[in-house]
Parts: sequence; structure tokens; C-alpha cells
Amino acid sequence: MNNAMGFWHILFGRLTWESLPFVKAWLDPTVSEIIAAGAGGIVVLGAIATFGLITLFGKWRYIWTEWMTSLDHKKIGIMYMILAVIMLSRALIEAVLMRVQQAVAINNPGLLSPDHFGQLFTTHGTIMIFFVGMPLLTGLINFAMPLQIGARDVAFPYMNSISLWMTVGGGILLMASLVFGEFSTGGWSGYPPYTELAFNGGVGPDYWIWAVTLSSLGAMMTGINFAVTVYKLRSPGMRWMRLPLFTWTAFCTAILMIFAVPPLTIATLLLAADRYLGMHFFTNALGGNMMNFVNLFWLFGHPEVYILILPAFGIFSEVVSTFSAKVLYGYTSLVIATMAIALLSFTVWLHHFFTMGQSAPVNAVFGIATMAIGIPTGVKIYNWIWTMFRGEVRFTTPMLFSLAFMVTFVIGGMSGIILATPPVDFMVHNTLFLVAHFHNMLIPGMLYGMIAGYYYWFPKAFGFRLSETWGRIAFVCWVVGFYLAFTPLYVLGLAGAPRRTQEFFDPSFRPWLIIALLGALLIAAGLAALFIQLWVSIKQRDTTRVPVGDPWDARGLEWSIPAPPPDYNFAVLPQVGRRDAFYWRKQNNGAYKPADHYRDIEVPKNSMCGVLVGLAAAACFFGLVWHIWWLAFCGSALTIGTIITRSFMRDVVRTIPAAEVEALDRRWLETAAAALPVPRQLELTPENEGLARCQPK
Amino acid sequence: MSAEITDPELLQAGLNVAAEPREVREHAESDVLGFWVFLMSDAVIFALLFSIYGTMGNATAGGPVPQHEFKFHSAFWETALLLTSSFSYGMVSLSLKHTRHRIWPALWLGVTFCLGAGFLIMEVRDFLTLFHDGATPERSGYFSSFFVLVGTHGCHVFSGLIWIVLMGIQIAMFGLDQRTRLNLIRLGLFWHFLDIIWVVIFSVVYLGALIK
Amino acid sequence: MPEVSARVWNKRRLRRWLAFGAPLASAASLFGCSTLSRGFLAPAGPIAAAERHELFVVSAIMLLVIGPVFLLTPLIAWRYRLSNTKSTYRPQWGFSWILEGLIWIPPTIIVIVLAVFLWENSEQLDPYRPLSSPFQPLQIQAVSLDWKWLFIYPDQHIAIVDQLILPVGRPVHFSLTSGTVMQSLLLPRLAGQIFTMAGMTTQLNIAVSAPGTYWGENAQFNGTGFQKQKFRIIGVSPEDFRQWVTTLQKKPNLLDNKAYQILSRQSLLPHPIIFGNVQPNLFSEIVNQAITPGYVLQHEGTSSHE
Repeated sequence: MNNAMGFWHILFGRLTWESLPFVKAWLDPTVSEIIAAGAGGIVVLGAIATFGLITLFGKWRYIWTEWMTSLDHKKIGIMYMILAVIMLSRALIEAVLMRVQQAVAINNPGLLSPDHFGQLFTTHGTIMIFFVGMPLLTGLINFAMPLQIGARDVAFPYMNSISLWMTVGGGILLMASLVFGEFSTGGWSGYPPYTELAFNGGVGPDYWIWAVTLSSLGAMMTGINFAVTVYKLRSPGMRWMRLPLFTWTAFCTAILMIFAVPPLTIATLLLAADRYLGMHFFTNALGGNMMNFVNLFWLFGHPEVYILILPAFGIFSEVVSTFSAKVLYGYTSLVIATMAIALLSFTVWLHHFFTMGQSAPVNAVFGIATMAIGIPTGVKIYNWIWTMFRGEVRFTTPMLFSLAFMVTFVIGGMSGIILATPPVDFMVHNTLFLVAHFHNMLIPGMLYGMIAGYYYWFPKAFGFRLSETWGRIAFVCWVVGFYLAFTPLYVLGLAGAPRRTQEFFDPSFRPWLIIALLGALLIAAGLAALFIQLWVSIKQRDTTRVPVGDPWDARGLEWSIPAPPPDYNFAVLPQVGRRDAFYWRKQNNGAYKPADHYRDIEVPKNSMCGVLVGLAAAACFFGLVWHIWWLAFCGSALTIGTIITRSFMRDVVRTIPAAEVEALDRRWLETAAAALPVPRQLELTPENEGLARCQPK
Repeated sequence: MSAEITDPELLQAGLNVAAEPREVREHAESDVLGFWVFLMSDAVIFALLFSIYGTMGNATAGGPVPQHEFKFHSAFWETALLLTSSFSYGMVSLSLKHTRHRIWPALWLGVTFCLGAGFLIMEVRDFLTLFHDGATPERSGYFSSFFVLVGTHGCHVFSGLIWIVLMGIQIAMFGLDQRTRLNLIRLGLFWHFLDIIWVVIFSVVYLGALIK
Repeated sequence: MPEVSARVWNKRRLRRWLAFGAPLASAASLFGCSTLSRGFLAPAGPIAAAERHELFVVSAIMLLVIGPVFLLTPLIAWRYRLSNTKSTYRPQWGFSWILEGLIWIPPTIIVIVLAVFLWENSEQLDPYRPLSSPFQPLQIQAVSLDWKWLFIYPDQHIAIVDQLILPVGRPVHFSLTSGTVMQSLLLPRLAGQIFTMAGMTTQLNIAVSAPGTYWGENAQFNGTGFQKQKFRIIGVSPEDFRQWVTTLQKKPNLLDNKAYQILSRQSLLPHPIIFGNVQPNLFSEIVNQAITPGYVLQHEGTSSHE
């Protein structure tokens, strides 16, 4: 008997039957456990259904060769987006569950046990930041930035694939936690000593540590990749001050990733050292100091906020300028503001813990630094307003999201300044006011931007437009839903309602919590509307094709190529003479012209190494979570082995002959010549084939 | 062999790509730049480990204290070994630049490996003595931070050694082709970086303890 | 004709809306008031009152920045819509020094004003700063445990779990530590929060200005009992306070190491628990971690049972 147990332990580590939520629900059939089992069931069934469908349709080869092993930055970008959408769906359902719990649980325990509730807010936060926010922006940058600077790919395509699959691996760990064991209850920030062994001996915090570590490694490599791409791979004549604003923000975000992500990696790994090796970095006893963790975490955490928001600012700049049919107002100002925000973001981390007992001057200095960030941010908002001034504004879906963002974001800015004032922060820190504030920054700031970018670049990626009707329905749901969901939280926070609480004791909170629940449901409807939009758009794609590639009469280089773009992006690397290069080419009749002569183009060959590295690393970390040491060993050996093997491969590029490039380009030019130029008024009609009518001026 | 170095050559010192087409040159440059950027984020990691070590200076929790535990002699010899290995790697780079034959870089790479391995063996021996004396990472926050800081550097050296071996094999297999050269340049950056980190460790950790 | 009827219908509809809406709206505002009266917008002490004042001032100043955005965004977007053929269209216009000045300078001035204001008030409202008062502050040592608060009155030699009795008008000085994970003491109508950490002490100065019952809580999540970690604060007159103290001192329970170890287990206990006597220096022993906390013993206990 003992022997069998020992064998089991070697094979499966800490994993037992009771780790499965289904068994737990069977043994203890409470609502909370049944919900957990249901979630686990959805993951298992979802995985089986996906695998089954792919097998049924015989698509494995297609998915493997065209997508998973692809090193093409555009496909990697799209895969990031798919990951983000899957994770977003889960985290949003969790948000609705939490809202239901809080609306119900007033002087009664409600549906969810405190432990389950703790897991929900932890996974919700962890997923939304690391597996929704980061993949969304990484995906959009991956797709659009190389096109905007006239590059054929990012600087390190193979490393790009590793980053993607490591992030996917982290996502798999988070999904696995629904089926095997449980997740941390320590919140997305995972403060020790609560997450130390003494207080949480289970697998929860370990899942958190390794999922976040994987994502942070991926983010660090992504940062290096993007920074070098912008620095070195700009096409001839694309000087710094000619870069589109989105590229500027991508560059700043990349720099922030390079410098801000290491503190997170250090924080999680030192916590792992405490938990696995019995060290004393953040423990209560033997000289541990939990304040080190808090400092490390926010040394990452604050720049992270700007990692998330800057690309969205870039998207708003592109969208507002395009749909106002006008140059961006105050380009230089915007660039300076972006750089200022990136720099200042490193100087404010302490405002996340004004309440930790520093001296008043220290708090005041960090409070003032925080307010200083408000200046460049405010400047940006006004820049967008003045971009619309004397323009011709079209209220398309991305523009609507941008407008809603401008108005809603400043409310978040106001609550931000309130929180930056230490004496007020003492009152509203750790309350729902804080929750409302950062959702107010991240939903209108980041998510609206990402949705706008998704709508804006979708025709470029797939060759057809998204449904405008469903876009508008989604818009209404997202905006009304946001206000309903978070205005009540501001009120409750001012009343001292703490965050992360599974139960309330004041009946007067109930109406607010019910309104917030309605808001959350509406936001969920907004996400559903986006899914329907995608479905409807695919159905009617024959009426919305834009093969010529410029459906919005836009300005950057990415619109000067076919939609979808060829593997090598540009048949000939474009020569850039000024800002908004493509716009000027259109104005001067320089667009849609064949090149003088075409050359062979080298693109990276597909490689399965990225997939292997990412999934093997995830397997290794899964082994570490459950103390399945053989799995951890094999996973890490496979990871390192793959990287080494790849370094011995010399045949890694594929050459596309000049003749093929020329044939493809000429065929596209013929399409462009045959297409009917559409004026801006008709851009949402089937007439729009992606060729904009030039407006003389 | 000319002693004069032109400007573009200086930019890609050691790469010997000045004569190559523009794309190749640019590619090489961005590869090296990428590695510099990686080293910057690695430097951030060490900076943070140093600052944590700094805050943990007094967190010995009634256990062993560094000034009694450290073996300063062996730390000195470790420093000497690592600094010499940096010199020998410099010879790798020089032979890469100025000779066509693969034997010279390979030879100096071997010397670097021996010196690095010597450093690592001495360090591991030091660690074992510390363990024997009860100065383990579980004993106190101070020793946790010490072992993680110095150990992280040690791990870097270890991976550097593996990299040296791999480069040796690649030189044997592929000769000094473009990618091997690039990797040797990057390995060089890595190796010198580790040397710099060690100098800081020696000054902050060992000399710091000696001052106490 | 149809227009008129539409208007009539609209009016009727409006009236119906009013009939339903007005009570709804007043109910909402009623709820709003009763909700907000639980927080620092209904202060019961000078610190909370000052913090509320600060909130109002900052909000008012911030309205100067966000007001124009609220007005200009819809106005400009609508005025320069594509279908409005009367509005000017200047696609190349993208810079003006005057606007640049308007964009950069006023926000900078506002931030400078806010910064000066913040600097002064951070000093004034520093939780470590003693309140000016003719009376000696009442000393309280607070220990956060899972999932309860232990308040020791060192000068009165009493201790209460999950209840605070405070004299009105006399400043109160808290020394805080944690017997377990990091927590945060928040007294919504009295003063803002301060963290507690094991092995360290933090401080908080407050005062109660009116008799009454208030509530306090832990605001930093610490596990499955977190939501229940709330306690009552009873503000009483100084005479009543003296009376309270004498009554409590008569309780037989002694808070010593052993009692502390039981208290510091992870548990939810019926409260308040009153200790008529407290072992001297207990607080500093907790801070110096000289007592093995109950959660550690509890942990070892369960594992040995298995």
C-alpha cells in the first residue's frame, strides 16, 4: 500500500483524485463546488471539441504548417489575438460571477465559497493583465508595427514565436488550474507573506508564480524584439519623426517591457525560492522582508499600466486621424508626451502603497510625480480633440470607441489624481473605489483601444471588413455596460466597501451591486456582440472584400499593400519621404505603381521550435506546480535541447524568387486598376473594394 | 593583414562583414543590438538582486554572519580566474578579426572554458563549505539573498560554459561562417558582462563583508 | 396632426415616466445617502473630515481639466462631422503655437497647484503626526490576526478583540503590527488606513469628534475569513470611557502568551472578547516575534494529526 502511494507520488507528485473539481463536487455538492466543476468541465469539453473538430475537418496539417509553426509576424500577431479572446471570455465570465455573488451575498454567504471567490478575483486579474491585455497589444503591435515601418518582419522572427508559445503555455497553465487543483487566492499582485508556504501550502500560488513567470519571459523577449525592430528595421527614409504614432507607442512599450518586466520575473522567482527552497526573502520569520516584494512588484506593475495603455493611445491616434481625414494635430507634442509618460512611469511605483507607513515627504514626492504623468496624458487627449477640429469626422465603430474613450478616460484620470493624493488614498485605497479607478483606465483606455484597433486593421489582415451594425451594438453594450458596472463601485468605495470581499453586511449596498451586475452583464453582451460581429462578417465577406487594401482612406504604409498582405509584406521596400507616407503618395498619384525591378526576397522558414519551447516550458512548470519532478526535468531538458538544436540549423530561410514577387504584385496592381475608387461617404458600402477616392486639397 | 580599420568596419568590429551586401550587414548589426538589449534587461535583474542583497544586509536572524563565513582568499583567486578568462575571450575576438583559420579562436575558447570552469569549481567548493558551516539559504534572509545573487551569477557562468562548448562544436562543424561569428561575438559580450557583474559582486559582497 | 399627437403622446409618456421615475430616483438618492454616510463623506473625526475636504478640493480643481474635454469632444466631433458641409475642412492643419500653449500650460499650472496643496496636506495628514490637543493621546496597540483585530490598551491593562472603545475629543495613537500576513486597518468614518506587517510597527493618529457607533475593518485580503474581519467602534464621552475601563478591568481573563497563541490561530471567533488584564510587553514580544504565533502551531498540529 505504502509502496503504491510512493509510486503514485513519483508519477503524479501532489496530484490526487481530490485535486479534480469533479471529484470535489461529488464529495461536497455545494453550489460553489458545482460551479467549479462546471468550469472544469467546460475546459475539458472545449479542448475535446476543438481537437475533435480539427480532426473531423482534417485541418491539423493546415493549422500546423500555416499557423502554429509560422514565424510570420502577421500570423503570430493574429494568434496572440486569438489567445487573448479565449482568455478574455473566461475572465469576463468570472467577472460576472463575482458580480452575481456580491449582489446576492448581503448578510448571507451567497453562491460561492470565500476560497472560490478568492480564486475568481485572482484569476480574473491575472488573466486580464497577463493573458488578455498583454497578448492583445503584443498581437496588434506584431501585426501592424512592421507594416507601418515598411519592414518584412520583426528583427527576431524565431524568438517572436517562442514569446508567443510561452504566453500560450502560461494560458494553458491557467486553464489547467480549472481542471487540476486550484488557483491562488492572493490576488493578481500575489503579496506575500499571504502567498508564502506558511499560509498557503497548496498549489494555488505555485500556479500563479509559474503562469506569470512564463508570461513575463515571453514579454521580455517581445520587448527586445520590438525595440530592435523599430530601431533597425525601418525602411529607407523612415526617420524617427516620420514614424506613425502607433509605432512610437509600440517602441515606448517595448522599452518599458525590457526594463519593467525583469522586476516581475525576479519577484515571482524569489517567491518561488521561498516556497520551493525554503528561503526567506518575503517570509515573516528569519529576516524575510515582504516590502521588497511589494517594491519589486510595483516597480514592474506601474510601468505595466503604461505598457498596456500606450499602444492603445497609439491606436487612438491612428484612428482619430484616419476617420477625421486629417493630419494628426501636434505630432511632436504627442511623441514628447509618449516619451514623457514612458519615463515618468518608472518614478511613481510607490503610489501603490502610500499606506505602508513611509514618511510624509516620500509619499508626497511620489504623489506629485504621479500627478505629473497627468500632464502628458491630458495633452494627448487634447491633441486628439484638435485632430478632429476642421476635419471630416466619420462615426465608424473605431471612431465611436475613441470618442467614448476620451470622455470616459478623463473620469478615470480624475479618480487617479484623487488616488495620487496620499491623504485621500488612505481612505479609498484597497476599496472598490480603487477597483473602479483601474477598470476605468483599463476598459476605456486599453480595451476600447484594442477593439478599435481590431476593427481598424481587421480588413488589412483578412481582406474583408467587419460588420458595422454589430460593431455599433457592441459599442453601445461596452460603453453603457462600463458606466453601469463601475459608477456604483466608485460610490461603494467612498463608503469604505473593501475590494475582494465575498460577502457584504450592509443592505444599502444592494441596489448599487445590482446595478453593477447589470453593467457586467451588458459588458458580457458586448463581448458576445463582438463574436456575433465576427460570425456575421465572415458570412457576408463576399460583399465586404477590400483586396486593394485601403478601405479607410488611411495614411500609413500598412495601407499601401494588398489585403491580406503577402508573406513578405512589401514587394519592394518603400522609400519614405515624409510623415503619412502613403497619404502623400496617393495625393501625388504615386500609389499603386509597379516597381522598376523586383528582387528575390528571403523570409524565415517555418519552425516548430517555438511551439516546442513554449509547450515544453509549460509542461516543466506544470511539473513544478505539482511536484512532478520527472516532468519538470523532461520539460526543461526539452526546452533547452530545442533551443540548442535550433542553433545548429543553418537552413532557416526560404527565398521567394523575384518573378513570383513581380507576378503577385502585378496581379494586385491590376485589381487596383480595375477597382472603383470610393469616396469616404461610401466606405461602409459593398462598393468599397479598398481603393479610396483621392480628395484634392 | 592591414592594421587600418575603416569606420564601418569599426562599427561591426569582429564581424568582418564590411564587404558583405547591405542586408547582411544590417542583419548582423540588429542581431548584435538585440543581444545588447538583452544584456540590459539582464543587468536590471542583477541590479535588483544587488538592491535586495543590500536591504538584507542585517537580516542574519541570529545565524552565521558573512564576515566569519566568507573565504576571502578563494574569492580573490576566483576573481583572478574570471578576469583572466575575460582576457582570453578577448583573444578569441582578436583571432576572429585577424586570422582566417579556425584553430586560433577554438584554442582561446578552450582556454576560456578552462578558466571559467576553474572559477565555477572554486565557487561551488566555497558554497559547500558555507553549507557545512550552517550558512545555508534557509538559515536567514541574508543568506537567501547571498546565495541567490552569487548563485544567479554562477548559473550565468555555467550557461556560458555550455555555450562555449556548443560554439566549439559549431566551429568544428561549420567553420567560421556568418552565424558562428555572430554567436561568438554575442558570447563575448555575455562573457565580459559576467566579468563586470563579478567585479561588482566581489566589491559589494566580499569586500563589503570584509569592511564590516 | 401626427406631430401634435406625437407631442401629446410624448407628454403622456413623460408624465408616466415621472410617475414611476421620481420615486425611483428619490429611492436611489436615499440609498446613495445611506450608503455614503457609512464612509468618510460623513466624517466623525477631524482626520476623516480633513480627508474629505481634500477630496472635494482635488475634485473641484480636476473639473477644470475634465470639464473642457466633456464639452469639446462631442461638440467638435459633431460640428466637424462628414455630413456637415458647412464646416471648414483643413486636412493639412496640424499645429498651432497658441493651442500648444493652451494644451501644455494650464494642465501644468493645475498640477503645480495640486502639488503645492498635496505637499502641505501630506505633512498635515501624515498618519504618524500626533494631533494637537491639550489631552495626552490614548495609546492603543493593534495587532492584526487571522481574521480578527486585537486591541491592547497598555495604560489601562485591558485588551479587546474586535471592538474599540474610544473617548470622544481625546486623540488616539495606534501602534500597529501584524501577528500574521499583511493587513490594513481602515476606519471609514474616522481615518484612512495603514498597513500592518509582521515584525514591524506602523502608527496611526486619530480622534473621534462625536459619540456614536462606527465600524472598522481590514481592507487587505487575507484569506477565507477576510470578509468577516470587521468590528465596531464605540465613541463615548471621557467619563463613560473611564467607566468602561473600570468595568472591563474587572473581567477575569488574562491576555498572556498562551491566550495570544489561541487567538492568533486562523479562526473566526464570536466577538467582542474582553481581557481584563494583559501581560506586560506583550505587544513588543509580538513585534519581535518572540511568541510562536498560533497559525504556525495550528499548521504543525494538523499535519501531525494526519
